[in-house]
Amino acid sequence: MKNVGRFRSLILFILMTFFLVLPPLYAQEEEGKNFKYEITRDIMKSLNESAEQGDIPENLVVALAPLQGKVFINEQAFRQELVGALGRQLSAQYQSRLVDMSKIRVDWFDMTKITIFIILIAFCGMVLFFSWKAKTDPNQFIRRIPGLDAISEAIGRCTEMGKPVLYVPGIDDMNNIQTIASMVILENVARVIGEYESDLIVPIRPPFVVPVAEEMVKKGYLDAGRPDAFKPENVRFISDEQFAYAAGVNGIMLREKPAANLLLGSFFAESLVIAETGVLAGAIQVAGTANEHQLPFFVAACDYTLIGEEIYAASAYLSKDPELVGSLKGSDWAKVVLSIIMLLGVVLETFGVHFLTEWFFIR
Amino acid sequence: MKREIPLAITAIFGIFMVAQLFIPHYLVQDISGRLQDWAVVIVAFAYILGVANIIKINSGVICRRGQDWEYKIVMLIALVIMMLSGILLGKDPDDSLPIFDFMYNSMYVPMQSTMFALLAFFIASAAFRAFRARTTEAILLLVTATIVMIGRVSLGEFIWERLPDITEWIMNYPNNAGKRGIKIGASLGAISIGLKVILGIEKSYLGGD
Repeated sequence: MKNVGRFRSLILFILMTFFLVLPPLYAQEEEGKNFKYEITRDIMKSLNESAEQGDIPENLVVALAPLQGKVFINEQAFRQELVGALGRQLSAQYQSRLVDMSKIRVDWFDMTKITIFIILIAFCGMVLFFSWKAKTDPNQFIRRIPGLDAISEAIGRCTEMGKPVLYVPGIDDMNNIQTIASMVILENVARVIGEYESDLIVPIRPPFVVPVAEEMVKKGYLDAGRPDAFKPENVRFISDEQFAYAAGVNGIMLREKPAANLLLGSFFAESLVIAETGVLAGAIQVAGTANEHQLPFFVAACDYTLIGEEIYAASAYLSKDPELVGSLKGSDWAKVVLSIIMLLGVVLETFGVHFLTEWFFIR
Repeated sequence: MKREIPLAITAIFGIFMVAQLFIPHYLVQDISGRLQDWAVVIVAFAYILGVANIIKINSGVICRRGQDWEYKIVMLIALVIMMLSGILLGKDPDDSLPIFDFMYNSMYVPMQSTMFALLAFFIASAAFRAFRARTTEAILLLVTATIVMIGRVSLGEFIWERLPDITEWIMNYPNNAGKRGIKIGASLGAISIGLKVILGIEKSYLGGD
């Protein structure tokens, strides 16, 4: 706990450094660097008007159209793009005129994103508040999630049958939050498997996930008091290619016949190929993903499916750690507040009042 | 310290990457761009780990003559041939078809397409199971799916000209509403877990002490 307190102080220190050190740097910046270049819709409109009045050639406006909305952070790159788009039509005079028109001063804070910023701060505040509150009241209620309860059931089945458990952490890299959530679940799964003394096979697509998954499985077995049961050869890098990976996972399902398949993470077109092979192999299957386009496939092919955000709730649900359960409660309350705002927005729009939707509109 | 240093690195870079979304200034954007380049370099190095993992696991099976050890030899040979042809012969100075491209386009791509093509059969078998009208929900699913499937092909319009409109309505309203609900929930869940990782509330991903 002492370490956690020290860590929070460090975070505070970083934040203070960030906001105290960067503004003076901003003040001393090199003149001319704090601009961006963008041909906005308004600029295009005024160019069109000029073309209609015959001030500039019409084909120049047509050639500029593909550049509308593109942002350039330095003048040289913008000029090169202009020359590339307009070629011989572009005289030095027009070029300078366009550069001057498109030059926009870059502010220290992007005010067009203020809505997101306020929502983000409020959301973070709620998560942190409930997380802090959970420390004083550790008996927080968390609703039953059948898919997560089924994981223990599936592992028990494997132990009874003397067969391994297959854990597929999706096909995305560690930069996808679903893969991080999946790794956290993997640790809990490995702990339960260690307690039941079963085998766990983890096929992996992105190589970057291999050491993380190895560490998770090792820690899970260690927490279960069975470090000797950890088999490094069961955390396998298959292939970085999507369908080569799917073929590899299918091969494991058909050759090694795991009695339970846990498909938790970010899945794409390979989801049904893997899940249906699991059905053919006769395994009990628990799947979960936040990729809504793959959920129907999992619902059709698996015994239990974690839908959307349930995959993110898994670590709190399985570990029952008060701080994590509290943060889960915080994010749920934030969802309630946002749902109320959305309903309010629908009612106000129906009656022709637009201020709420306009406030949420990101320019 | 084994945990504090990685946690601090996560917090510093996590907060910075969130902040750069709101700060368009060149200084911040420049650092952010460099950090993303670093990430690409680090991920590239992870491929060495991947190859090492494949060699370690499969050579172990071959040495102890484990199950299907013959296939493991084929796989390791394929790995070495692809790797060497890419490194040594990948660039052809005459710009004719290099051996690596030939193996990729003529062997790997058709095999990948074969795997993808299996999806059509898997969809049919999964749909067959899902559409068994055992409960009220399954009947609703069956009826809706039948309308959408027929409405999306020319036969639908032939049966009843308004069927494609009904299909579009199902896809645009009830289906979209459900999808958006899941998406909003999942996005907020993702922000929540990201925040927990950045602030060190969730730290089990770091592994053992």
